[in-house]
Amino acid sequence: MLQGNAWLFGDDISTDHIAPGRLFHLRSNLPELATHVLEDARPEFAGKMAKGDFVVGGRNFGLGSSREHAPTIIKLAGVSAVVAKSFARIFFRNAINVGLPVIICNTDRIKEGDQLEADLEKGVLKNVTQGYEESFPALPPVMTAILAEGGLVPYVQKHGDLTISC
Amino acid sequence: MGQTLVEKILSAHAGQSLQAGDMAVCNVDVCLTQDGTGPLAVRQIEKLGAEGVKNPEKTVLFIDHAAPSPRKELSNDHMLLRSFAKKTGSQLSDIGDGVCHQVIMEKYLNPGELLIGADSHTCTGGAIGAFATGMGSTDVAVGMVFGKTWLRVPETLKFLISGDLPSGVYSKDIILHIIGMIGADGATYKAMEFAGEIIERMTVPERMVFSNMAVEAGAKCGLIASDGMTGKFMEEMGRKEFFTLVKADTDAVYERVYELDAAEIIPTVSFPHTVDNTRPIDHDDCRDLSIQQVFIGTCTNGRIEDLRIAAAMLKGRKVHYGTRLIVTPASRRVYGQALREGLLEIFNDVGASINSPGCGACVGVHQGILGDGERCLATQNRNFQGRMGNVNGFIYLGSPATAAATALAGKLVDPRKYL
Repeated sequence: MLQGNAWLFGDDISTDHIAPGRLFHLRSNLPELATHVLEDARPEFAGKMAKGDFVVGGRNFGLGSSREHAPTIIKLAGVSAVVAKSFARIFFRNAINVGLPVIICNTDRIKEGDQLEADLEKGVLKNVTQGYEESFPALPPVMTAILAEGGLVPYVQKHGDLTISC
Repeated sequence: MGQTLVEKILSAHAGQSLQAGDMAVCNVDVCLTQDGTGPLAVRQIEKLGAEGVKNPEKTVLFIDHAAPSPRKELSNDHMLLRSFAKKTGSQLSDIGDGVCHQVIMEKYLNPGELLIGADSHTCTGGAIGAFATGMGSTDVAVGMVFGKTWLRVPETLKFLISGDLPSGVYSKDIILHIIGMIGADGATYKAMEFAGEIIERMTVPERMVFSNMAVEAGAKCGLIASDGMTGKFMEEMGRKEFFTLVKADTDAVYERVYELDAAEIIPTVSFPHTVDNTRPIDHDDCRDLSIQQVFIGTCTNGRIEDLRIAAAMLKGRKVHYGTRLIVTPASRRVYGQALREGLLEIFNDVGASINSPGCGACVGVHQGILGDGERCLATQNRNFQGRMGNVNGFIYLGSPATAAATALAGKLVDPRKYL
């Protein structure tokens, strides 16, 4: 069970908001880059978020670049999951590959600071503050398998190859 | 049942007949990384304990995003990539060689092949009838080591573009118009296929603009069937023996077919901070908008054809006072052509700053970072907040002709008045 408070980010949060080009030189220093996570969307977020908090977006979260550093530093910062109405394709796949849970559901009712709980197996997001639940769809089996191993590298290490039952 | 382009190419790489919605492990022909994503891919390969890469002849490590390096941290990343290329026999495309998506077309990718690249604009390769898609460093690392990747076969949105292209309107205007129409997530998880008489008449470099920007509508790939124009391009690149015809079946099933008449499209510009925030150039919002920086270059519009259009408009004139013009050819080949054709002299005389081939100002690392409150008209593909190195900068996207006209006027203008 994932537990934490909501930080609202709105629609079209791009990888430039999450890990901007001006910090390109920190890409080989991920712990340092993570101290700037989402800085260009909400400058106070990295300093004030608590471990386990949720990043809550609107439409098309993570659009833009293929930089895997974006979901990696969200995870490194201690975010338990990103919840959004929809995700850009590459960000979504990268998130699974680095072991960051991503949840697709309606986020309209979530308010800043709401206490959230997510059960990935049951596919339920609970808004504890407001007392309601949203269900979300299961990942495709291949992604569930990769996420269960903690990401693509541990998955391949375990299986010794990219063998996925499709 | 007939197959779309993407179904056809992925089936050939999975060894089984696939249709939209299927999941499959596919063989990968070409892999690319660049200096923003390559170091992480190299570290993931080390973590996997792999000794080398599956196909070093077709694994290409590009140094194009921060090239030449503006910082010691990036110089060290470049060292890591050079040493990995040497150790594994992979191909290195070093500083000055150009943007990965341009060079991969000039030297490595063939019609019908499957390319995965750790850069979102890898989809550019779709312009020659190849399946090309962007992924993260870890996916590409696994592809480099095992020569395969898993894919979901996407549904296809087909764009049939007919009519005659009006003067002053280019492939960039059409794709911006399309993205404005369907939205920045209008093709998420899907393939875009571009066809029709306009596409058939276009050269591969013009077609590359469509494929390059498919990701700006969220698409997995932007495909165009290969044909005589593709054959001509492959011949110019010295690889005509690798040309093959790749076409969708006539009874292929599309999720949706959009029909556009090019005659109805006028020069189009994307406003900050999303690509789908488009305006036709005659819109009121485009009036009296002063522009401090004009940038002509990138994997979208930094090719010789683009430089020719801009140079013809700029020749013998001066960039407007208070506006600066930056020109960055997309590759060493393009740079050499521009040099021989006298285009660099024209840019130099008009007052432009000419950079060495690479991604240049587009990525926000170097070579043209915006100041607070400044506006830039760029021929690149993306205008997100902070993209050009400053969260307080404002980026407008347009064609090379719109860029050249804007550089002369010092404000956003209709290029048709300057042709």
